[in-house]
Amino acid sequence: MKKQRQLASIGMAAALVLLGWATASAGTLDQVKQNGKVRCGVNTGQPGFSAPNEKGEWHGIDSDLCKAVAAAVFGDPNKVEFKPLSSEQRFTALQTGEIDMLSRNSTWTLSRDTQLGLDFVAVNYYDGQGFMVRKNSGVKSALELKGASVCVQQGTTTEKNLGDFNTQHQLNFKVVTFKDSAEARPAYDEGRCDAYTTDASGLAGERTALKSPEDHVILPEIISKEPLGPAVRHGDNQWADIVRWAHYVTVIAEEKGITQGNVDDVKKSSQDPEVQRLLGVTDKMGEGMGLSKDWAYNIIKAVGNYGEIFERNIGTSTPIRLDRGLNALWNKGGLQYAPPVR
Amino acid sequence: MEMTLTRWWNNKRFRHLLIQVILVGFILAGFFFFSTNTIVNLRRLGVPVGLDFLSNVAGFPVATSLIPIPVDASNGYLLLVGIINTFTVSIISVVIATVVGFIVGIARLSPNPLFTLLATTYVESLRNIPLLLFIVFWYFGVLASLPALRQSLSFGDVLFLNQRGLFLPRPIALPGSTGFLLIMAIAILGVIALAVWVRRRQALTGRLFPFWSTAGGTLLGALVLALLVFGRPLHLEYPQLQGFNFQGGFVILPELLALCAALGLYHAAYIAENVRSGFLSIGKGQWEAATSLGLRRGAILRLIAIPQAMRVIVPPLSNQFLNVVKNSTLAVAIGYPEMVSIFAGTVLNQTGRAIECIFITMLFYLIVSLVITSFTNWYNRRVQVVER
Repeated sequence: MKKQRQLASIGMAAALVLLGWATASAGTLDQVKQNGKVRCGVNTGQPGFSAPNEKGEWHGIDSDLCKAVAAAVFGDPNKVEFKPLSSEQRFTALQTGEIDMLSRNSTWTLSRDTQLGLDFVAVNYYDGQGFMVRKNSGVKSALELKGASVCVQQGTTTEKNLGDFNTQHQLNFKVVTFKDSAEARPAYDEGRCDAYTTDASGLAGERTALKSPEDHVILPEIISKEPLGPAVRHGDNQWADIVRWAHYVTVIAEEKGITQGNVDDVKKSSQDPEVQRLLGVTDKMGEGMGLSKDWAYNIIKAVGNYGEIFERNIGTSTPIRLDRGLNALWNKGGLQYAPPVR
Repeated sequence: MEMTLTRWWNNKRFRHLLIQVILVGFILAGFFFFSTNTIVNLRRLGVPVGLDFLSNVAGFPVATSLIPIPVDASNGYLLLVGIINTFTVSIISVVIATVVGFIVGIARLSPNPLFTLLATTYVESLRNIPLLLFIVFWYFGVLASLPALRQSLSFGDVLFLNQRGLFLPRPIALPGSTGFLLIMAIAILGVIALAVWVRRRQALTGRLFPFWSTAGGTLLGALVLALLVFGRPLHLEYPQLQGFNFQGGFVILPELLALCAALGLYHAAYIAENVRSGFLSIGKGQWEAATSLGLRRGAILRLIAIPQAMRVIVPPLSNQFLNVVKNSTLAVAIGYPEMVSIFAGTVLNQTGRAIECIFITMLFYLIVSLVITSFTNWYNRRVQVVER
């Protein structure tokens, strides 16, 4: 399985070299309408972010964003073709036009935004890199890990952050780099490493999969900013607007108290002019993006507001058990903020 | 000039040439189309193309290498690190595979039924397991069986074995080492020259020379002389447990141990079959003739069987060597930083230069494969029948 994926990713990149870069940039919306579906690149399986269930249906905050875009364009959240991608494949798949949008817990960085021919358009999860250690090691802070062996997954910003943190604090880490968590986690569990590092949201999930989760603690330090969000090809501003606002609509909906359940009532009875504009009662905000006037209504009806998406996939009632933290709304001490609908 | 009745377009030679020109033209045009298309589209997307990223600071740590890795190493330097690590694992695995393969192959033909059974079981079970599974099995097998850091197996406080690897003392050259090495090098060259002379004299005159005692005496004398003149050439740095890990010394990571064991033993099964086919290709009369001359089994193998079997063994052997090198890319699964893991993995990911990284990686494996093939071809010519 691993071998196949590795071969697939290398094969795909090699095919690029052979076939040349497919032409696709302007008019993604037209292309999507013509295809009758949104082709959305997602993680091959990260519970809570994007992972297929036993029926093969994709669930998670990243795949819900794909559904939101499909709802905005077609009024139907099922018109999505999910393309599971490895971390090596993801940007190439977007550049070549293999997918229309990438929603695969990817960190927005300056070099990725400017050098890869793509644009990050929103942040649907504010994350940060943390460390997990054994309780009996007595380590209370990542700065005490001088000379420690650290297990890390390949192909992420994590590797580079670890390098920066190591250099900055002269910790002399012995880094062991694995293809992905299926190998890194058991290696840490067997005692190959003193610490395991990845995004804090990932650590929470990884810990539940260890032999005895209660023997491990996640250290308080967050050593990096990891704004995770969707990306589209550079240069197609209309499509960028659609994906960006698909996310913002869910944030605004939470702010206004609109849920998947009450959106019909709110549409009928709300006296809030901004809500009326958003839901297409008094204005046709969607037309500026080439969408229908009930685009935002369709999104909320399909996936609910940001709070609902969060709680359903990664919230405290799920096995992932993440607090809202930085991802609370701006007026509740978090960073999730959307520009006004005007 | 030859007269011909056919029209020029019906001329056979002309037609052959024309077809070839058209084919080459198509290939070139296709190549030109795809490469310009790629470059134009990349430029339109604002994606830079070129090899300049190789000189940028990589900024991510790499676990191990035979060469030191500075913290501000460039992507190009890490490419070199990856290549060296690929060579390290390939060379060790090729040696293991060849030695074990020969032993198992010969054991399979042994008259002793126990040997035959063991060798057959080895070959048949290994050839039917996917290599990746075998590597992961070895890795987690090794990790699970080794003691934790605090319970390290210690061999006289010099060698330590635990889950973090095998820790060895590291030799550090002292000032007198250059002169010491010089004297030893002269002595070794002298012994080699002596060996050549002894062989030639024996071939010409048949007279024997006490080579081993002379050579041993020369080397021992040189060693004593060098020690007296220059003193101890090196100092050993012993690994010591400090904080989370052993510091100092030289470490062989468990990833490398597992990978070499897995690759070596796996390919040994295939090489054993090559060896078996090589020996089976020798006519029965050769064995009988050698036996009737009164040679013992060891001597028959060394002098009669192996030289003839090599003619059959060598060509497919080169195939197995290529496979070892190419399969070393599976190291990525267990966290050993070889070429593909570092360069086509992390560097590609951090820089986003998919085309350049994949191209360089393919080029590297192509060159390595061609070098191995030409070496084994050369060796193959040497062991073939020399017709007089």
